[in-house]
Amino acid sequence: MSRILFELSTPGRPGFALPAGGPQGTARLGDSKLRQDAMGLPELSELDVLRHFVELSTLNHSIAAGFYPLGSCTMKYNPVLNENLAGLPGFAGCHPGQTPETVQGCLELMWELEQKLKAVTGFPAVSLQPVAGAQGEFVAMAIARRYFEDRGERRELVIIPDSAHGTNPASVAMAGLKSVTINSGDNGLVKLESLAEALNDNVAAVMLTNPNTLGLFETEIRAIAKLVHDAGALLYMDGANMNALTGRVHPASLGFDMMHLNLHKTFSTPHGGGGPGAGPVGVTAELAEFLPGLRVVRGDDGFRANPASKAIGSVHGANGNFAMLLRALAYIIRLGGDGLKDVSGGAVLNANYLQARLRDTLEIPHDGLCMHEFVASGRSLKPHGVRTMDVAKRLLDFGMHAPTIYFPLIVPEALMIEPTETESLATLDEFVAVMKQIVAEAAEDPEILLKAPLTTPVGRLDEVGAVKNLLVVEPPTGEGEGS
Amino acid sequence: MSEYPSNCLYTKDHEWVAVEGDVATIGITDYAQGELDAITFIELPAMGDLLEVGGACGTIEAVKVAEDIFSPVAGEVVDVNGALEDEPEIVNNSPFDDGWFFKVKLSNTDDLTDLMDKDAYLAMVGE
Amino acid sequence: MRGFVPHTEDEIRTMLAAIGVAGIDDLFATVPADCRLAAGLDMPDGLDEYGTASHIEGLAAANRPAGGELCFLGGGTYDRVIPAVGSQILSRPEFYSAYTPYQPEVSQGTLQMIFEFQTLLARLTGMDVANASLYDGASALAEAVILACGAKRRKKVLLPGSLRAAGRRVVETYTRGMDLELVEIPWDGTGRIDSAALSEQLGDDVAAVVVQTPNYFGVVESLADLAVEIQAAGALVIACVEPTSLALLESPGAQGADIVVGEGQSIGIPMSFGGPGLGLMAVSQKLVRKIPGRIVGRTVDNQGRTGYVLTLQTREQHIRREKATSNICTNQGLMALAATVYLATLGESGLKTLARGLADRAGYLADKIEALPGFSLPFSGDIYQELVITAPISAEEIRAQGAAEGIHAGLALGGDYPLLGDNALLVTVSEKHSIEDLDRFVAFLGRCTS
Repeated sequence: MSRILFELSTPGRPGFALPAGGPQGTARLGDSKLRQDAMGLPELSELDVLRHFVELSTLNHSIAAGFYPLGSCTMKYNPVLNENLAGLPGFAGCHPGQTPETVQGCLELMWELEQKLKAVTGFPAVSLQPVAGAQGEFVAMAIARRYFEDRGERRELVIIPDSAHGTNPASVAMAGLKSVTINSGDNGLVKLESLAEALNDNVAAVMLTNPNTLGLFETEIRAIAKLVHDAGALLYMDGANMNALTGRVHPASLGFDMMHLNLHKTFSTPHGGGGPGAGPVGVTAELAEFLPGLRVVRGDDGFRANPASKAIGSVHGANGNFAMLLRALAYIIRLGGDGLKDVSGGAVLNANYLQARLRDTLEIPHDGLCMHEFVASGRSLKPHGVRTMDVAKRLLDFGMHAPTIYFPLIVPEALMIEPTETESLATLDEFVAVMKQIVAEAAEDPEILLKAPLTTPVGRLDEVGAVKNLLVVEPPTGEGEGS
Repeated sequence: MSEYPSNCLYTKDHEWVAVEGDVATIGITDYAQGELDAITFIELPAMGDLLEVGGACGTIEAVKVAEDIFSPVAGEVVDVNGALEDEPEIVNNSPFDDGWFFKVKLSNTDDLTDLMDKDAYLAMVGE
Repeated sequence: MRGFVPHTEDEIRTMLAAIGVAGIDDLFATVPADCRLAAGLDMPDGLDEYGTASHIEGLAAANRPAGGELCFLGGGTYDRVIPAVGSQILSRPEFYSAYTPYQPEVSQGTLQMIFEFQTLLARLTGMDVANASLYDGASALAEAVILACGAKRRKKVLLPGSLRAAGRRVVETYTRGMDLELVEIPWDGTGRIDSAALSEQLGDDVAAVVVQTPNYFGVVESLADLAVEIQAAGALVIACVEPTSLALLESPGAQGADIVVGEGQSIGIPMSFGGPGLGLMAVSQKLVRKIPGRIVGRTVDNQGRTGYVLTLQTREQHIRREKATSNICTNQGLMALAATVYLATLGESGLKTLARGLADRAGYLADKIEALPGFSLPFSGDIYQELVITAPISAEEIRAQGAAEGIHAGLALGGDYPLLGDNALLVTVSEKHSIEDLDRFVAFLGRCTS
């Protein structure tokens, strides 16, 4: 394991030189308590810093390092160009409080991205402010609440299928609404009767992920939309899986009233080890006046940013994750309308190919044509004393990341596999071969799986110990911090 | 595996209730602790809390599971097992004895009529 | 195919045959025909890499970035010198093209970095624990308010009138559905929280009081004194800080804060028109189980080797669903890396030099502007890196004139803080400013009004 930053510190080491040339002794801090104690920050040379983080970087799996079939997360290639563009001083050096005349490029970029996202979703208005999918969900629920308040109605419930991401019910709760879970049918899709039974005039919205977390398109979506609208409620699409539909389906035309997009999934902005993301929200014309943050309009005197008339407020300190919006626009214009259609085509092709090749190796509870991902179950391995967790860990030994495991909750021992469109046939075939080998090992020599991974920087970690003997910061009396 | 006491009553939420006079002691069953696996944290009601039947009155956590504790009876909390705060694993090791959660002075003994006996509970969990 | 799909025509045929369908469109058979787009997207065909770059570079060229001119803008986003080693490390795809460390065995780089980030932040703030970061400073403040109300089971929160307005708006938006009462506490002539007004509002129904220090007007609050009074009423102290200031000012932990939040853009992240930023949150030990977001802990592997994992996950939405402490799923991983690299590069002495230099520049500017005919400083309190000035003409006029000559003069305060009037301007210094730069700005202000 790498030494920790603080162990590398040498007190008094000459550090980074900041610009000299400012005044001295002119501070106005006479009434304030100044810090007397040492902060305990390390003192390192630039080369120390570079080496430390380069070493840490080598301990990560990444898309750049290998296959990453993490279901629902859409770990596809992040075009290198977009990283370069995000670093352009013309963007990176812009302050959100500049006069609009001096940031016309930023504003035009936001305006242009909104036009593109409208074209992709079919919605007439999009807010670019939400900075994550979960925040997009919250925004949509806050809009639903506000919409009914505006009509003098009070509706408190939101219906969510049992296959949904955990963020859905959590976002509902944050918006001050209550979630109601409905069970999926045997085919993994929403059961119309269950939905009809749960709908009433206290339901504000129904949240659906489409395609759902099993990778299945809700084929009765129009009937669902009619039921929801007949009950006076709004239909929301969790767009986590929009990469299965780009260029082929307009969510707005399916009857959805709102949706969020994950720019870090569908539009390939990098996941960054867990953020920053971006979760723009598109809505119908009727709901546009509630969108949060500033929206860019094009006028005679250029581009201007204004709040919507009845905005639910603001969910970010500025314009959202602008540098992510920038990358997404670069991706969209590079692909264009034809390329975006190939994105969904490629994603669905790769997922179905993997599913077809693995059908005789893994149980697939909801078999049939899938969209961009499919869910297998590892329960047939249980008699060998092997769990899905062990399969996941064994995959790491082959330089591949594990699929999403134990989700969705409705499939026991779930393995949620999303290859994405940017993986080659050779990589997919290699994954198939590895999976077949692992399943064979489970029967013949399960110990290999139970001990895996063996080739990674560390083996299985004691998570129980991590909770019980909680250590989340380096203790201040630690060695080598120069005390 | 711990022996299931026959003098206890059981709930569908996998709790056991042992009644002595008008005081009920409550804990979770061996089956429940096994399903949770290594228990890492338990939050119990406070002394003097007034509980209702079915009311959430605490939390029990393993590494990747968090479950509410529901009170199977109504009444005032008269004792809590403080040892679980620092050593929640006691529940894994001794669910029916040292791993008890809290004691309630019953406000209504009729609450007990809905609970299962040992055989009914074991049948429910398929053992 | 386009869209970075690597297959040859032959490979596509092979794959379709394995699936048992004739063409790619047939894979969408489960999408009813009336749900499919008849025509393609209303969007031009794609560009090559060069064409894409040209288009985006054209947009960049249409900006006049403040960071490249003389910038006196601040108010939550700061124009800092960022060591080049930072962008070099952030450009490593081993970091940026990884995801949340769900499989810790192959994510130790990200996990150890977050552990280091948590440690740096805990030390900087003087708090017991920090999380792996939240979206930005504004949403971190909102999360802190929600955390405090949950922990205290109370519904009233006091916010200073001198709070950053963008933060206040996010608090209001996040809590609107929660039936909380947000009460504003006015400022006094020093620019600090009016302590008499605070005493009046404090009571056993107050969950928390937010103290931003330095506040939006740049004025340093007497956090320790406020904390004593707030905690005597049984409420929690939420300190909202600018992280570089903690190298110079007593830490919020030492002053009694229960929760510390802040915007981490100023420690190593480019301004980028306001995002991404970095939400900072640190808390006292007693609140660790209630903190939102990811937390990394140190543990050992099955061979006794040190390693790091995501821990205390039962707080989170993927397990607790509607009862989670927040709906937040990820953190702001890459930005936490930027902050970690920045703090490691500047180090103990570098950050102190930075903070001292900012305070000296702000004091220098205050002296000079105060002496300018027609200008005044509305507040007498201590300042760190920014100050409010009252000009003889409107702040927007000054901004417009400045923009014309490459000076980004400050932020107009009248819109969000009407009591300060249209002539109030928030002026922020940067370590980039030399004495000549500061003098040039003062001369500009004098010229503006003559």
